[in-house]
Amino acid sequence: MHEMGIVYHVADEVEKIAAQNDICHIGSVTLQIGEVTGVIFDYMSDLWGWVSDKSSLLKGSRLLYEQIPAVTLCKSCGQRYSTVQSGRQCPHCGSWDTVLVQGNEYIIKQIEADS
Amino acid sequence: MSKVRVIDVHTGIFDENNRIADEIRRQNQADQTFLVNIMASPGAGKTSVLLRTIRELKRQYRIGVMEADIDYAIDAEKMEREDIPAIQVHTGGECAMDAAMTRQALSEFSSKDFDLIFLENVGNLVCPAENDTGASVNVEILSVPEGDDKPLKYPLMFQVCQVVLINKIDTKKFFAFDDEAVKARIHALNPDAKVFFLSAKTGEGFDQWTGWLKAQLQLRS
Ligand SMILES: Nc1nc2c(ncn2[C@@H]2O[C@H](COP(=O)(O)OP(=O)(O)OP(=O)(O)O)[C@@H](O)[C@H]2O)c(=O)[nH]1
Ligand SMILES: [Mg+2]
Ligand SMILES: [Zn+2]
Repeated sequence: MHEMGIVYHVADEVEKIAAQNDICHIGSVTLQIGEVTGVIFDYMSDLWGWVSDKSSLLKGSRLLYEQIPAVTLCKSCGQRYSTVQSGRQCPHCGSWDTVLVQGNEYIIKQIEADS
Repeated sequence: MSKVRVIDVHTGIFDENNRIADEIRRQNQADQTFLVNIMASPGAGKTSVLLRTIRELKRQYRIGVMEADIDYAIDAEKMEREDIPAIQVHTGGECAMDAAMTRQALSEFSSKDFDLIFLENVGNLVCPAENDTGASVNVEILSVPEGDDKPLKYPLMFQVCQVVLINKIDTKKFFAFDDEAVKARIHALNPDAKVFFLSAKTGEGFDQWTGWLKAQLQLRS
């Protein structure tokens, strides 16, 4: 279960940031997740409910997310295209010499403290 | 009126894990301990490959095994039956070992006393690829019955591994498995990956793999 490990990492990281900033309760945590990480966000927010309930810092907090679109760069013709639409092969010139430039991120963007 | 404070964080979810993983690599280098992280689907043959590998190397090196599992100690018991020092690490429901768990396990295991430690990670192809454990090398075991298309479906796993072991080659007559296609798919993702074909059942192909491993250990001393 892919999402579970990520939720634990997020909770640990947020606990640490809260301690550094004298925060005692979190209202929300916003993530930025790449489009091709394979993460199912609905699943993550369910798990968040379960994990956050066990922590006084996180209890009742919301997990929000923004998706970062996946973009691939073609090294043959230099153009960029949507990875999800076209995959590894460049739709402009047919080359397979391509690299993912964004879309596999796992980032904690911000947290909102409400007390 | 509640006042809301917004804190911009902008850290990668795995940043802290990666920092600990780098610390582990530095420490192991100083202790001359080589940590090999073994990843695979359930049943690909992690334990079988390890048992045969260790039988071939244990006269020359001090070897230990850390078995990560969601629960139960079955694999650790298999090691102990052959007098191979082993510890069981329960991941507490997590789908992979992370660097903090690995560091904890290494210290409980007195890792300094070993030349070579194998970590049998939790059986799946997704989470272990995302969690750097601080291993000196990552090894993925792909078994013939799983099919030669796995690099297409789990690209990250094949990108983070320096070695791919294609196991259960004794079963090739029952499955359509294309050696050249699998190599091409792996190398498209990871041009430097070493690919070895072997069978934990018959022992075929083990010399190339253990030869590679010995060369890595020699390089370190
Ligand atoms: N024919 C054949 N069977 C094998 C080979 N290697 C392992 N097996 C069998 O595959 C099954 C699983 O092997 P294990 O070594 O337990 O696999 P594992 O990856 O450690 O499994 P988990 O720890 O449960 O995920 C067992 O029945 C083994 O006997 C092989 O090279 N050839
Ligand atoms: Mg096993
Ligand atoms: Zn192109």
